[in-house]
Amino acid sequence: MNRRLLRARDAMDRAYAEPLDVRAVAAVAHLSEAHFSRSFRATFGETPHRYLQRRRVERSMFLLRETDRSVTDICFDVGFTSLGTFSRTFHEIVGETPSEYRAGHGPVMAPNCIWMAATRPVVAAGVAVRVSSFGEADAPVPA
Amino acid sequence: MITKLNVTSVKVLDQEQALDFYVNKLGLEKGSDVKQGGFRWVTVRVPGDVTEIFLEEPGPPLHDEATAAQLRELITKGAMSSLVFNSNDVRGLYETLQARGVTDFTQEPIEHFYGTDMGLRDPFGNAIRILQQGKVPQKVTA
Repeated sequence: MNRRLLRARDAMDRAYAEPLDVRAVAAVAHLSEAHFSRSFRATFGETPHRYLQRRRVERSMFLLRETDRSVTDICFDVGFTSLGTFSRTFHEIVGETPSEYRAGHGPVMAPNCIWMAATRPVVAAGVAVRVSSFGEADAPVPA
Repeated sequence: MITKLNVTSVKVLDQEQALDFYVNKLGLEKGSDVKQGGFRWVTVRVPGDVTEIFLEEPGPPLHDEATAAQLRELITKGAMSSLVFNSNDVRGLYETLQARGVTDFTQEPIEHFYGTDMGLRDPFGNAIRILQQGKVPQKVTA
């Protein structure tokens, strides 16, 4: 079971830039959506949706540091479908806006796999937001 | 002064299956294979290299059953061991591994400033990265 969930998590790491939905990722693990989300959370400590958000935010942090692409371009590069959701999610996870983050960080010279792991953000607010869907537009806005 | 890394280990769920993967798929060679009662010391290594990788299956006599169960949980979560190898042709190896039926890639070959690398998992969840250091000549496409 863990191995199947890990395979689904790897799929999110690989295909973060694509419009993933929970059904597609659950299918990688051969599980129903509900069973997948529950099992993933029990195994890895966060919902698949939150994992994917952190993956996308980590990649956006990389692009903000290493490239001159605009915040809007980066938002779409990493798989978000709306700039508002990207900015809100980025701020919630990193604790500053994409522009503030870019201003404070330059390129990092270390192997990619190290930095993907090392700079994968933990959620700054320390709040595990419960979301059951990958549909960014439909995700509930924390009060 | 320490002069070399002699033995390291990767924790696996099944030594026989691990041997098949690391030798027949990944292309390492078998090193030692010694049985002592229920304990099997079986290692693999990069052909021509000195460092042996012990394929360590959790369980007695190394671990009590409760510990072994915890280790198995962590292995399958991908939270246990990882290995980084070097290759002189990582893109060619990627194709070879696919031809040998390896499907569990975590990253296809990508070029970075330090070289080109790819990622995959062994059958149990352990992360493996393979790196070709330096600038890799690109195939001419036009």
